[in-house]
Amino acid sequence: MSDLSKSERHVLAVLVDNEAGVLARVIGLFSGRGYNIESLTVAEVDSAGHMSRITVVTNGTPGVIAQILAQLDRLVPVHKVVDLSVDDVPSVNREMALIKVASTGEKRVEALRLSEAFRARVIDTTHSSFVFEVTGTPDKIEAFINLMRPLGLVDVSRTGVVAIARGAEGM
Amino acid sequence: MSGQEMTGAQIVIRALLDHGVDTIFGYPGGAVLPIYDEIFKQEGIKHILVRHEQGAVHAAEGYARSTGKPGVVLVTSGPGATNAVTGLTDALMDSIPLICLTGQVPTHLIGSDAFQECDTVGITRPCTKHNWLVNSVDELTRVMHESFYVATNGRPGPVVVDIPKDVQFASGTYEGPANVVHKTYRPQIKGDASAITRAVELMAGAKKPIFYTGGGVINSGPNASLLLRQLAEMTGYPVTSTLMGLGAYPSHENQWLGMLGMHGTYEANNAMHDCDVMICVGARFDDRVTGRLDAFSPNSKKIHIDIDPSSINKNVHVDVPIIGDCAHVLEDMIRIWKSKVAQPDKEALADWWRQIDTWRGRKSLGFVQGKEGPIKPQQAIQRLYELTKDRKTFITTEVGQHQMWAAQHYHFDEPNRWLTSGGLGTMGYGLPAAIGAQIAHPDALVIDIAGEASIQMCMQEMSTAIQFRLPVKIFILNNEYMGMVRQWQELLHGGRYSHSYSEALPDFVKLAEAYGGTGIRASKPEELDAKITEMLDVPGPVIFDCLVDPAENCYPMIPSGAPHNEMILGEDPNAPTVTEEGKMLV
Repeated sequence: MSDLSKSERHVLAVLVDNEAGVLARVIGLFSGRGYNIESLTVAEVDSAGHMSRITVVTNGTPGVIAQILAQLDRLVPVHKVVDLSVDDVPSVNREMALIKVASTGEKRVEALRLSEAFRARVIDTTHSSFVFEVTGTPDKIEAFINLMRPLGLVDVSRTGVVAIARGAEGM
Repeated sequence: MSGQEMTGAQIVIRALLDHGVDTIFGYPGGAVLPIYDEIFKQEGIKHILVRHEQGAVHAAEGYARSTGKPGVVLVTSGPGATNAVTGLTDALMDSIPLICLTGQVPTHLIGSDAFQECDTVGITRPCTKHNWLVNSVDELTRVMHESFYVATNGRPGPVVVDIPKDVQFASGTYEGPANVVHKTYRPQIKGDASAITRAVELMAGAKKPIFYTGGGVINSGPNASLLLRQLAEMTGYPVTSTLMGLGAYPSHENQWLGMLGMHGTYEANNAMHDCDVMICVGARFDDRVTGRLDAFSPNSKKIHIDIDPSSINKNVHVDVPIIGDCAHVLEDMIRIWKSKVAQPDKEALADWWRQIDTWRGRKSLGFVQGKEGPIKPQQAIQRLYELTKDRKTFITTEVGQHQMWAAQHYHFDEPNRWLTSGGLGTMGYGLPAAIGAQIAHPDALVIDIAGEASIQMCMQEMSTAIQFRLPVKIFILNNEYMGMVRQWQELLHGGRYSHSYSEALPDFVKLAEAYGGTGIRASKPEELDAKITEMLDVPGPVIFDCLVDPAENCYPMIPSGAPHNEMILGEDPNAPTVTEEGKMLV
């Protein structure tokens, strides 16, 4: 039994009809009712069926999370809402980031060495910079960014979390 | 079925007709002229020209609330749409089904800051149940049919269909509303049988039960009210209701406790506080009803019937949630109660009723009408009720003290007869809503119980009443104050009446005459009956300026931040006062 007054982080998957304004409805619901958005990603996942999937990471007490699920579900263009952060729905979460680091000499060598430890790929390079592509949980990406900070970190671009349930069942 | 070729404007009118629309409330403008041209060419739909778009939406709400059918509004782009926003928000808060058609600049001008352009779907997104911008005439038929489906199914609400002018002129194909299946929206209508069985078991074991009913019973249709009466009769349990639910259960029944909440009766609120099983039917635990949340009905098991899953556990944790339409769930409840041969605990119930009768003995709605006057506002409502109760009467209100006095002292035995702005609390609602109700019920008596401040917010609709010969009666309780503001300033702000005095009031009798109606004024208690009778005898619209005691406060009252069992019953120096925390609340 979770503590009812404690705020928890939840990853929600929302399958929506890909109609004009649907993202504004979802975002407006969060801002209008004072819910948090930690990250939000959206893309069409079924072009024939005109469906998009939104992954939203939020936090709140169990009561607030239940309200968010109910409020999302009653938006007219929403097909389905699933909470991917409950015990009976084990899921995998991934995020990708592009990270630009500009440095020379020792720092440049150290950045490249660390990137190998994180299995980051170099997708652009100059004599004085790298762009790394790194994939993993948000914690892993956070750790990599922190390591790059003293080594000439210039820019970070993150996708936000995407998630999917484990096992054979679909949403 | 093959479709018919027609213009977008023709599709709009044809779809309205196919959905059984007989009346629309609107105001023309550049971006809806093609639709107005089609209105000109037909006779199946009556157009009621209002004087301001807010009035159109409230009138459509009055039409919808008094008939159970959706209301339809037609306004132009830009200011036409923005003026409709208050009414749309009002309808969303009170779950009133509306279809609001807005004109839009032609598609090629959208986003160019064209004349009378605004982002209508952007502005109305948070104040509608759903909205559509129709980008092509090929979408128009589907969107028109979907708009009726979404507005009227599940928890009802307002929708906006924004139609660019070029789409109204374009030629497209129309098909009838049959076989329109919405892609995503499937509200749950039937309640879960095991939850209903658990609810019935709880109810049968109750020692201090109460039915807490709301606007959902009325929205569910007249059958829900009949089923509620049946269930109440079978169980013998007391019934209270929110402001929005008045009339679903007859006020003349002995089991009726009166309205609950901030200005509810002493018996209703104390019974809510002390009950052991609460059966909430189509109400949403609004803050006006619950008072202080952590002290709300602390010892009860709560059953909650609601068609909107987001209402469940939103403000108050409930033990048995039942998602579904009130009529369907009540029907199942009655069937299961009968099949279990459930019997209420007669002895416990008798004790409970004895306790309730003690609370009733406090006569919390009592007031003293002095012989000399001034007229007490409660007395005015009571006389109005006595002189109109035997007719088919619809009561609308504005918002404030007069609204609460009307809810307390006018009594309703039928659903759909009481039209008021509950959730949003919109001053200006009452007169246009009365117009909408009168259009729908030409032979009925329709009275807007108003305040002298509220009535001025949509006063211009008097002109609509005159134009369409609608004999609405505007009964103003004129206390020369924004009374509820004044009352709160007295209770919370040391009697500093900052800007709540109604300065420079018009002469309402002359104002009525200026519009072409009749004005009547009453200022003494002994002339009330004769003047009210005179008002009822006038075949046209009347403004009745009833001068009442300016100092009268609306009691009983749960001060904000207080629980149900700490009510202020009247002008009592020992009454509970508002806490510092309570002052922060609205």
